[in-house]
Amino acid sequence: MKWLKVCRKDEIPERGGRAVLAGGSRIAVFRLSDGRVVAVEDRCPHKEGPLSDGLLTGATVICPMHHWKIDLESGNALPPDCGCVKTYETKVDDGIVWLRL
Amino acid sequence: METKKKLVMIGNGMAGMKAIEEIIDINPDLFDITVFGAERHPNYNRVLLSSVLAGEMTVEDIILNDEEWYRKNNITLHLGKPVVEIQRGYRKVVAADGTTAAYDCLVIATGSKPFILPLPGVDKEGVITFRDIYDCERMMEASASYRKAAVIGGGLLGLEAAKGLVNLGMEVTVIHDRKTLMNMQLDEVAGEMLRESLEEQGMRFRTSTLTKRILGDDRVRGLEFEDGSRLECDIVVMAVGIRPNKDLAEGARLFCNRGIVVNDYMQSITDPSVYAVGECVEHRGKTYGLVAPLFEQARILAYHITGQGLKTYTGSVVSTKLKVSGVDVFSAGDFEGNGSSDTVMYLDRKGGIYKKIVIKDERIIGAVLFGDTADGTRLFQMMQDGTDVSEQRSTLLFGNTMLGDAGHSGLAQVSMMSPDTIVCGCNGVTKKMIEDAVVKHGLTTRKEVTGCTKAAGSCGGCGPLVDQILVSILGSSFARSANAMPLCDCTELTHDEVKEEIRRRRLLTVGGAMRALEWKGEGCDTCRPALNYYVQSIWPKETSDDPASRLVNERMHANIQKDGTFSVVPRMYGGLTTPEELMRIARVASEYNVPAVKLTGGQRIDLLGIKKEDLTAVWRALGMESGYAYAKALRTVKTCVGSRWCRFGTQDSMGLGINLEKMLERVWAPAKLKLSVSGCPRNCAEASIKDLGIVGVDGGWEIYCGGNGGVRVRVAELLCTVRDADEVMEIAKAYVQLYREDAHYGERTSVWIERVGLDRVKRAVVDDPQSRGALAARLDEYIETLGEDPWKARIREEEERPGMKPIKIDARAVNE
Ligand SMILES: Cc1cc2nc3c(=O)[nH]c(=O)nc-3n(C[C@H](O)[C@H](O)[C@H](O)COP(=O)(O)OP(=O)(O)OC[C@H]3O[C@@H](n4cnc5c(N)ncnc54)[C@H](O)[C@@H]3O)c2cc1C
Ligand code: SF4
Ligand code: FES
Repeated sequence: MKWLKVCRKDEIPERGGRAVLAGGSRIAVFRLSDGRVVAVEDRCPHKEGPLSDGLLTGATVICPMHHWKIDLESGNALPPDCGCVKTYETKVDDGIVWLRL
Repeated sequence: METKKKLVMIGNGMAGMKAIEEIIDINPDLFDITVFGAERHPNYNRVLLSSVLAGEMTVEDIILNDEEWYRKNNITLHLGKPVVEIQRGYRKVVAADGTTAAYDCLVIATGSKPFILPLPGVDKEGVITFRDIYDCERMMEASASYRKAAVIGGGLLGLEAAKGLVNLGMEVTVIHDRKTLMNMQLDEVAGEMLRESLEEQGMRFRTSTLTKRILGDDRVRGLEFEDGSRLECDIVVMAVGIRPNKDLAEGARLFCNRGIVVNDYMQSITDPSVYAVGECVEHRGKTYGLVAPLFEQARILAYHITGQGLKTYTGSVVSTKLKVSGVDVFSAGDFEGNGSSDTVMYLDRKGGIYKKIVIKDERIIGAVLFGDTADGTRLFQMMQDGTDVSEQRSTLLFGNTMLGDAGHSGLAQVSMMSPDTIVCGCNGVTKKMIEDAVVKHGLTTRKEVTGCTKAAGSCGGCGPLVDQILVSILGSSFARSANAMPLCDCTELTHDEVKEEIRRRRLLTVGGAMRALEWKGEGCDTCRPALNYYVQSIWPKETSDDPASRLVNERMHANIQKDGTFSVVPRMYGGLTTPEELMRIARVASEYNVPAVKLTGGQRIDLLGIKKEDLTAVWRALGMESGYAYAKALRTVKTCVGSRWCRFGTQDSMGLGINLEKMLERVWAPAKLKLSVSGCPRNCAEASIKDLGIVGVDGGWEIYCGGNGGVRVRVAELLCTVRDADEVMEIAKAYVQLYREDAHYGERTSVWIERVGLDRVKRAVVDDPQSRGALAARLDEYIETLGEDPWKARIREEEERPGMKPIKIDARAVNE
């Protein structure tokens, strides 16, 4: 595991997400309304929808495909649905977003 | 004067009298009507006998038509006079007391008889069936002097009888031959849960038990079972099923099988002057024992007997609810399923909730609900309509949340229901009965409707549906009443209240509106896009778009597909294109390996399967404008070739279509907007299913509005007729602006017009020139604020800042 540089924080849209390809995996990084940056696997547990294209509300992303809600902190789908995505550690240093892989 | 035809009805029960009501509704002067009833009571609601027995209602409460009603409608009523013979040769009937009546048309509606097991001892005193008021009275009498009751039969009727007897203070044991209670309606899991919950209410059970004989001298003392064991009891209620009451018909040599066999018009197949309806009937090999299908039969009969066209009865699927308070059970169709079907299921044993839906070929074919039956009516409607549920599987079992937007999606459901659909299965209340009561007594709340019609008074499961019927009649006035639905779970406010606050308090951003209106959290995918639309449509000059509140399609200006790729549909005004455009499209399609190129229903070309990162490049290469095929905005103006080419054309439909599309392109709306223009009344551009459809006629244009060809087909209504194309443009502007200002977000024009009424639209757009002018001017002002084509804007942005490509982290760095 090590820290990898992703992009400048302002390259992620405000209250929005961005897809990141790292090795074989596709990761969604989000910029939350409180300024935090979080990252999860970019694949909805339902039918693999691209979560990076979802609508953000608080620390929850709503999948653009069939509206499952995924809690970005735990990676769990919110009831009534169930399923989960992998979460990744992130940090922002001097305006630069880092991802631990 | 012509003498009226004579109609004789045998049987004063639910199906027969429903048929009479329907006939009178169609034409009260057509027949001289005579009714024979074996019972001494005027027509009553048999379904509610269970409530009478359970002490929840009195006999007076369940009378449907009192004797006064018969008098008022000039119906000759013979109560307590069973008909004993039909003389078909003389076309007359004879009753037990010798009364006769001649007929031109005869209707047999004799219902059914309780089946009595041929057990030794069944003729003893204290053996009772459960069919009519008399039986009810006998049970109530017995409960005064005796303590122990046995009910043979653990079906719907047996359990309702048992519950009634428990309420009357008796010790009740239900004897059932199968392992599962209500095995005709429930699977094992639901049957088991039902048993547990009824045991809690004090009922006892002996399942998988066959009765051998009834013990006692003159009076019942007990039961003996096949295994030799015994049960002490003072009364025995026999509820093991019913048999169609066909003796009279058989005596008159009308062909009977299990019941009186009828054709699709409800006529006896032996004698077309004899009709039959209700439980005594066998239709296409099936007999029915529930009110809903019988009412359907009654309606068809009334149509045919009064000579109203050729509606046919083709059979019914049925649903059942058990009317025992505190236990909610719903069942419909094929609830077991088989190899070729699959099931969606939810089981919470501790919470006492079980839901199972059986699906075959993406259609619901059966359902069982236990504990929470609120969705029953909706699922049953979907089952009857054969709705494709492939998209909804994950939400099917949590359906009520889908009705959260002022009943909008529910309205579709309600308006699809025929007037005779039973809304309240418990009390046999139809949609029409509710509508009539609402109109006649000016009702405005669910509670009042219950008070008046008993709908939603028993299990309450149909409450949401009753609300929707209220909405459909009262429109926005109901939406403002206490029952109004909030916009979504994030707020208590309704759509209209939110809009009003945005206007009054000059709220200019989504976030600002949420803060000012005390939103819960940061909103959801229902309210954020709605707020984004409302602030911009109310304050067009003062606000800007909030991309974070747009769903993916509108944010990306392309349609997301199931594999995460996008589709691109460039605009082709009026459905016209040029060789140059086609060549560019072809080049893009081959250069980008576009997997599918398809013509859309809106007369343009769809490039499917484009990767997100290629979107801007594709747009650039196309050099065309966005067709907004992804947006709640103007989609297309479909045209026919009209007078420019067509030999029938009377007007230039292409020209007008192009002008309309140019005027309205990029105009956002509460929902998508589809227009069309046809050059003559042959209407090749299908104006009748468009939000705004224009049809050229000799010397002018007809303008239709509120049509829909999608989820729920609705034929557009005529808004007005005008003389020239300029007038069409003016009306179109005013209409679109009124819709933009007035409709709820997500509401198509069809639903909006149903809610507010065509009159209101006509007044604002057609009748009042001042209002029309003001609306059109407001649209013009708004159009001025619209920026450039979004694809062009994106292309430019992309040059400045690459925003849509995924960020790549070097694979080597990852793997090192
Ligand atoms: C306790 C109970 C609860 C029920 N609960 C429900 C429910 O929850 N939901 C539901 O959908 N259905 C329910 N049903 C069934 C429903 O009541 C019947 O399906 C419906 O009443 C049948 O209507 P019908 O007109 O065919 O027969 P009926 O209503 O039985 O009418 C037939 C009438 O014809 C009379 N008659 C018979 N022979 C003659 C003759 N020779 N001359 C003159 N008159 C004659 C009979 O006396 C009777 O009054 C229930 C039934 C009972 C008994
Ligand atoms: S609607 Fe009339 S004018 Fe247009 S193509 Fe059809 S027939 Fe011709
Ligand atoms: S793929 Fe995410 S909700 Fe279906």
